[in-house]
Amino acid sequence: MLNHLPILQVILPLLAAPTCLLLKEARLAWAFTTACCMATLAISVMLLLQVIDSGVIVYSLGGWQAPIGIEYRIDSLNAFVMVLVSGLSSAVILAARESVAKEVGADKQVLFYIAYLLCFAGLLGICATGDAFNVFVFLEISSLSAYTLIALGSDRRALWAAYQYLIMGTIGATFILIGIGMIYMMTGTLNMHDLAERLPEAAHTKTVFTAFTFIIIGTCLKLALFPLHLWLPNAYAYSPSIVSAFMAATATKVAVYVLIRFVFSVFGVDFSIDHMPLQQILLVLSLIGIVWVSIVAIYQTNLKKLLAYSSVAQIGYIILGFSVGTVLGLQASLIHLFNHALMKGALFLAIAGVVYRIGGCEFSQLSGIGKKMPWTMAAVVVGGLSLIGVPLTTGFVSKWYLVSALIEAGWWPAVAVVMLGSLLAVIYVWKVVEVAYFGSPEDGYEGAYEVKEAPLSILIPTWMLAASNIYFGIDTRFTSTIGHLASQTLFGAGS
Amino acid sequence: MAYLAQYNYWVVVVLMMIGLYVVVSHGNLVKKLMGLSIFQTSVFILYISMGKVDGGTAPILEEGISVYSNPLPHVLILTAIVVGVATMALGLALVVRIKEAYGSIEEGDIQEKDKQSC
Amino acid sequence: MLNVGSHCAIGGLNIDFLINIVLLGFLVCTALAIVFTKNLLASAMLTGIYSLLTAGFFVVMDAVDVAFTEASVGAGIATILMLSTLKLTGFDEDPARHNVKAGLLAVCGVGVLLLYGIVDMPVFGSPTAPVHMHVAPHYIYQSMAEIGMPNIVTSVLASYRGYDTFGETVVVFTAGIGVLALLGASNHVPQSRVAPMSQHIILRVVSKVLIPPIFLFALYVQFHGDYGPGGGFQAGVIFAAAIILYSMIFGLDTARSVISQPLIRLLSAFGVMLYGCVGIVSLLNGHNFLDYSALAHDPLHGQHYGILLVELGVGITVASVMILIFFNFASRVDMVQEEQ
Repeated sequence: MLNHLPILQVILPLLAAPTCLLLKEARLAWAFTTACCMATLAISVMLLLQVIDSGVIVYSLGGWQAPIGIEYRIDSLNAFVMVLVSGLSSAVILAARESVAKEVGADKQVLFYIAYLLCFAGLLGICATGDAFNVFVFLEISSLSAYTLIALGSDRRALWAAYQYLIMGTIGATFILIGIGMIYMMTGTLNMHDLAERLPEAAHTKTVFTAFTFIIIGTCLKLALFPLHLWLPNAYAYSPSIVSAFMAATATKVAVYVLIRFVFSVFGVDFSIDHMPLQQILLVLSLIGIVWVSIVAIYQTNLKKLLAYSSVAQIGYIILGFSVGTVLGLQASLIHLFNHALMKGALFLAIAGVVYRIGGCEFSQLSGIGKKMPWTMAAVVVGGLSLIGVPLTTGFVSKWYLVSALIEAGWWPAVAVVMLGSLLAVIYVWKVVEVAYFGSPEDGYEGAYEVKEAPLSILIPTWMLAASNIYFGIDTRFTSTIGHLASQTLFGAGS
Repeated sequence: MAYLAQYNYWVVVVLMMIGLYVVVSHGNLVKKLMGLSIFQTSVFILYISMGKVDGGTAPILEEGISVYSNPLPHVLILTAIVVGVATMALGLALVVRIKEAYGSIEEGDIQEKDKQSC
Repeated sequence: MLNVGSHCAIGGLNIDFLINIVLLGFLVCTALAIVFTKNLLASAMLTGIYSLLTAGFFVVMDAVDVAFTEASVGAGIATILMLSTLKLTGFDEDPARHNVKAGLLAVCGVGVLLLYGIVDMPVFGSPTAPVHMHVAPHYIYQSMAEIGMPNIVTSVLASYRGYDTFGETVVVFTAGIGVLALLGASNHVPQSRVAPMSQHIILRVVSKVLIPPIFLFALYVQFHGDYGPGGGFQAGVIFAAAIILYSMIFGLDTARSVISQPLIRLLSAFGVMLYGCVGIVSLLNGHNFLDYSALAHDPLHGQHYGILLVELGVGITVASVMILIFFNFASRVDMVQEEQ
C-alpha cells in the first residue's frame, strides 16, 4: 500500500465526504471527519519522509502513463504544502465541535462537515496533481465547498460575502482555464512535466505570453494579492469562526503553491523570471499591499476583519520573497507560507473561542476580555507577537530569511518597507491588546461579567498552534531544511 | 480571408468581453450570473474550436473514416460545462437566500443596507 | 464530407464554415440581447436560446458529446433553475449601473490581451497544429486496441482521464451539498401551494405519454455511450428532466411521494462512492487507482466493466443531485407562497 500513498492522500477525504452523508448526528460526523483528517495527516507525513528519502514520486492514475493519462507527481514542495494543509486542517477540526454546534444551525452541521472534507480534499488534490487541467477540477471542488462553508455563517453578510467570492473565484478559475487552454493549444499536452519540456519551443509566441498572464492573474485572484483581495476580508469576517481559521490557514496557501508551481515548474525560471516583467510587477504590488492593507487593518473595529486584512498584508510578504527570484527568496516565501498558517491558525482559533463565549468579536464587546479569558487572549498575544516578528516566534524566522534574501539581492528600499510593515503590525496588534487588557469589563456589553474561559476543546487546539508558533520560532530546522530543499529543486529544474 | 480564418477566436474575445462587462457593471445578482455563464461559454468555444480539424468528423471510430477531430478538448469542456452548471446552481441558491435576508437582489441596495447596519 | 482545402485559399469557404460563421453571429447577437433586455424573464429565456445555439455550434465543430451535454445541462437544467430563482426574486432589473468605467477598463484590458494572444495561434482547423500532434493521435489510433470502444470521447473521459471525471462527479455532489446547506428545508415541508398544471388536460396527457419514452431514452443514452454520443452526464440530466417534468405537471407533493428526499440524498452519495469503489477495487487488486484492467482477467474486458460502472456512478449522482437541487428550489417557492 505504501506506493499508493499519493492517491490515498486525496481520495481518503474525498470518499469520506459522501460517507459522512450517512451519519445522522453532528457529533458522529465531527468524530468521523476528525479521524479522516488525522489519518490524512499521517499519510502526508509518511509521504514527505518518502520524498526526502527517495526523491520525486510519480503515480499514474488509471495505469496510463503521462501525458496520455493523469499523473500525481510528488516532490519536496508539494509534499511540504500537503503536510501544512493536512496538519492545520486537523488542528482546526479538533476545535470545531463546540464552535460549530454554536454557530451553525443544527440541521446544517452534518453538511458543514461534508463541505469541510470536500474542501480539504480539493486543496490536497490541487497540490498533488501533475496535470494542469486536473488542477482546475480540484480547484472547483475546493472553491464550491468553500462558498458553501462561508455562506453557513450566521450573519446575513456571510451570504453576500459568499456570493462575491463565488463571482471573483469563478472569474479567477476561468482565467486559469483560458491560460491552460492556450498553453495546451501551443504544445498539445496538459501534463505539467511534459509542458515544461515542450513550452520553450513556443516560448517566444504571443499566445504563450497571454496564457502566462491569464494564469498569473487567475491565481493572484485566488490568493488575494493586493489589489485583487477585495473578496477576502468579508469572506473571513462573516463565515463561521472555524471556517475563517481553516481558510486563512490553508486555502490561500494552496493558491500560492499553484502560483509557484506554474511559474517555476511549468513555465520555468528562464521564461518567468528572465523574459517577463513578473518580478517587478509582483514586487511593486506586494510592497504597496503590505503598507496599504496594514494601514486599513489598523482602522478595523472587528477583530476578525482586522486579522483578515492582516492576512492580505502577510500574503504580500510571501509574494515579496517569491518575487526576489533567488533560491533564498523562494525559501523565505515557503518558510513564511508555513509560519503564517501557524499564526493565523492560532489567532482565528482563539477568536473562535471568544465568539463561542460572547457571540461576536467587535472591539466594543472585547473590552477587558483579557481578564475573563486569560488563556485564550494569551494565545492571541502569542499569535500577535508572531505577526509582528518578535524574536523566538515563527514570525521572526520568516522576517529574518526574507530580509536576508532582500539584502542579498541588494533591494534595500524593500527592506525598509518590510520594517515599516512590522511597525504597522505593532500598531494593530497593540490595538487588540489595549482593548483586551486595559479596557474594563464595564465598558463591554452587559453579560461581560459572566464570561468564562473558552471550553477546553477549543483551547487545547488553539494552544497547540500557539505553542508551535514558539517551537518553530526556536527550532527552525524543519522549515528551513524543507524550504531550502524545495526551492533548490525548483531552481534546479529550471536551469 | 486570413482574418476570417481566425473568426472563431474573434468571437471568443467578443463574448468574453460581453460576459465580463455584465458581471462587473450590472447590479442585479441573477444578471451577473448570466454574464458569468456567457463568460464561461466563451472559453468553451475557444477549446472546442482548437479541437476542430478541417474535414474531420466526430471522434467516433467508424470504418472508412480516417480524419477525426481532436477528442481531448471535448472531454475537457464536457467537464467544464458540468462545473459551470454546478457553480450556477450554487450561485442561484445564494441569490435566493440573499433575497430572503436583504429583501433585494440589487448590489446597490445590499451595500446600502450593510452600511446602515454597521 | 470532403475537405475543400485550406480555407485560407479563396475557394475555402465550405458550407461547414459558413454555418459556423452564422451560428457564432447569432450567438453574439443573443449575448447582446441578454445584456440589453431589462426583463429578467426574457433574459433567462434568451440564455436558454444561447445555450442551444452553442450546442448547435458544437455539433458543427464535431463535438457531439459536448453538444449533447450543453443542450441538456445548459439549455435545460440551468434555465429551469434560473426561472425558479426569478420566481422568488422578481423579474425586473434595476437599470442603475455600477463601476462602469472600471468595468470597461478591465474588459478592454482582457480583450486586448486576448487579441494579442490570438495573433500567434495556429490557424483554425489546421491538421498540423500542435494540439493534434502530441497526445491526441494516441487516443485516436490506440484507443480501439487499448480500450475497445468506438466513441473515443467516452474512452478518454472514463478511462484515460477517468480521474478528472471522478473529480467532476465530486463537483456535482459538492453543488448538491451546497444547495442543500443553503436551501435545505428545515423541519417542516409545507403542503405545496403551487397549483400543479394538472388541470390542463393537454399537458397532462402529453406528459403522461412523454415521460416513459424520456426514461427509456435516458437509459439508452446511459448504456449506449460507448458506441454513440452520450454517457452518464447526459443520461443523468435527461432522467432528472423526466422527474422535473412530472413534478411540474402533477405537483411537487405527488413527485415527493414518489421519490423520497432521503433516498435521493443517499443516491447522490452512492454514485460518487460507486465511482470511487471501482478505483479502490483496482487498488486492492494491486493496480493503480482507477486502473480498470485490474477488474477482469482480460484487460479489455476490465476496461469495459470499469467504464460501465463509473458511467453508472456518474449517471446516478448527476440525476439525483439535479432532482435534489430542483426540489429544494421548488419547495422554497412553496414556502414563500405559504407565508404570503
